[in-house]
Amino acid sequence: MEPVIFLVFAVFAVVCGILVVTQTHPISSALSLIGVMGSLAVIYLMLGAQFIAAAQVIVYAGSIMVLFIFVIMLLNEGQERKTRGSRIARLLGAPLLMALLGIVSYVIYRAFPPALNVQFGRFTGGTAEALGKALFTTYLWPFEITSVLVLIAIVGAVVLGYKELD
Amino acid sequence: MQQTVPLAWYLILGAVLFVLGVAGFLFRRNIITMFMSIELMLNAVNLSFVAFSYHLRRIDGQVLAFFVMVVAAAEAAVGLAIILTVFKNRATLQVDDVSSMKD
Amino acid sequence: MNFYLLAIIKAAVVLGVLMVSLLYIQLVERKVIAHIQVRLGPYRVGPHGLLQPIADTIKLLTKEDLLPPGVHRFYYILAPFLAITLSLISISVIPFGPEISAAGVSTYMQLTDLNIGVIFVLAISSLTVYGVVLAGWSSNSKYPLLGALRSSAQMIGYELPLGMAVASVLLLSNSLSLRAIVNGQSRFYGGFFPAWNLFRGPFPQVFSFLIFLVAVFAETNRVPFDLPEAESELVAGFHTEYSSMKFAGFFMAEYANMITVTCMATTLFLGGWLPLWPARYGSNYLPAAVFAFFGAIALYHGFHPAHDRDRWSLKAFGLILWAIAAVFLIPAVQAILLPLFWFLAKTGILLLTFIWVRGTLPRFRYDQLMRFAWSFLFPAAVVNLLITGLAVALV
Repeated sequence: MEPVIFLVFAVFAVVCGILVVTQTHPISSALSLIGVMGSLAVIYLMLGAQFIAAAQVIVYAGSIMVLFIFVIMLLNEGQERKTRGSRIARLLGAPLLMALLGIVSYVIYRAFPPALNVQFGRFTGGTAEALGKALFTTYLWPFEITSVLVLIAIVGAVVLGYKELD
Repeated sequence: MQQTVPLAWYLILGAVLFVLGVAGFLFRRNIITMFMSIELMLNAVNLSFVAFSYHLRRIDGQVLAFFVMVVAAAEAAVGLAIILTVFKNRATLQVDDVSSMKD
Repeated sequence: MNFYLLAIIKAAVVLGVLMVSLLYIQLVERKVIAHIQVRLGPYRVGPHGLLQPIADTIKLLTKEDLLPPGVHRFYYILAPFLAITLSLISISVIPFGPEISAAGVSTYMQLTDLNIGVIFVLAISSLTVYGVVLAGWSSNSKYPLLGALRSSAQMIGYELPLGMAVASVLLLSNSLSLRAIVNGQSRFYGGFFPAWNLFRGPFPQVFSFLIFLVAVFAETNRVPFDLPEAESELVAGFHTEYSSMKFAGFFMAEYANMITVTCMATTLFLGGWLPLWPARYGSNYLPAAVFAFFGAIALYHGFHPAHDRDRWSLKAFGLILWAIAAVFLIPAVQAILLPLFWFLAKTGILLLTFIWVRGTLPRFRYDQLMRFAWSFLFPAAVVNLLITGLAVALV
């Protein structure tokens, strides 16, 4: 049962990922990215990360992607025109990326033999309480700095979008 | 059929998504699509974090994934504001057309 | 009984009740708004207008299902599916009652109890933006696009105060599971005053409740926040280009969203299926008394009907209401019916408030709406959260 669920959502994530990269209209890319995020949320649930799965949907799929879609609709550029890219990138890019993927997969297979497996329910420590406890004790310093970072981002976004009333 | 999935499969899924993100970033010339490829890369990294959190039976991986999400949100806000400003000044979203500072 | 069989039966029951109530909420809305506006509302189809939703369904099904040229086909067809699917999912975690046993099977009156129930509902409600956004964008026309842009900004802007109002409640309840939240409200202060989250120490969540209500008015695109679908401003906003069953999909999605958020408000603030005063002091007889009272009113008016069409219908309603009151007195089914009655009564009062506000208030202008969200509601929610946190920490 579990391998089936994992395969379904992993294939869906990869297909949506390919669509993100290959679709010409930005809105289709954005909606495919939402598909990736949704399937990743299910995969997080299988790994026992309940809160992170819900946070993925709320933060990523529910807010960041809405922001993306908002900007795309506002700019209304339409399909992407073909401009000349770098020829080196096109010649060397695909083989090098395949090589990267091959090397990473090989290293992963060597370091994590198939005996190490994931079963739903073996890790029950992914609750909101455990996450909250870690956030407010061990990781308090990064938590506070991240909140300042978000404040800086808000101020920066407002300043960039500010229209001078002349 | 056995009821478990090898951990390596999760990590390889993360690697595949990461490589797709890099491919999108390198080969697409629309700035919003490049930005979305960056988000795809961040999601792949999150998946690796959560997978290792399961493997080591510790919550720390999920905490780091949470921080990655927060930082990605902040980056998306500022990045999109920059994109809007570029569009207001140049009326184009193609990265190749915003090259007036190049040699 | 087999787990899967039980789950399917419960899901079928909840789905059936939900679908019927979606139809009839629309009728109730039209009747209540009509009476607010001193007119009768749907009256002729069936006794006192009760078969009107069926007539509406037949009308919507038999209308021509246009696919306007120039729309983006895939997203145009996907949008109403997405809207209605997402609005129906959240019902699955709402607790309707305690554990009951019937015919040898013991089960909770809830489809499933997730231990992240609250943020599950928040996640689903933050995805409902996409139904609106896709509809507006795919319609390839000015008014839907404007409606979709406004609606997405509005929904995102009001999600923050919503989340913070819910977070204040979570400070009191200490759990994300909806069943645990309702169970935490089951005490009675002094033996008779309910410990609903609205009244509960150390800080009664009155402000959270008000902020939550305002925020969900905006989340469900209801008056006074319904500018994205305003009839007099934007033709019909984001569902301008939709007809027949796709339009019915959006229509149903709006009412399903309303039902979901009122159920959430009931669960989080009003004690879910818990009674208003303990059973010791006779709260078990309240449903029977209420139904008997309304049955008496219906029978009284039945003998002097204002319109000749109501000769038999009001008397029939009176007798049916008395029969329901009698059913509430049977001890065998009381364990199932009483929690349901309390839950539905509280949800119904909130839904009537939604409809009442629709009949009464004018709508906000878009900039007033956004300014209200960011300049007033969000700081109010933050201050409320801080005070609640202080109260919980000090006690």
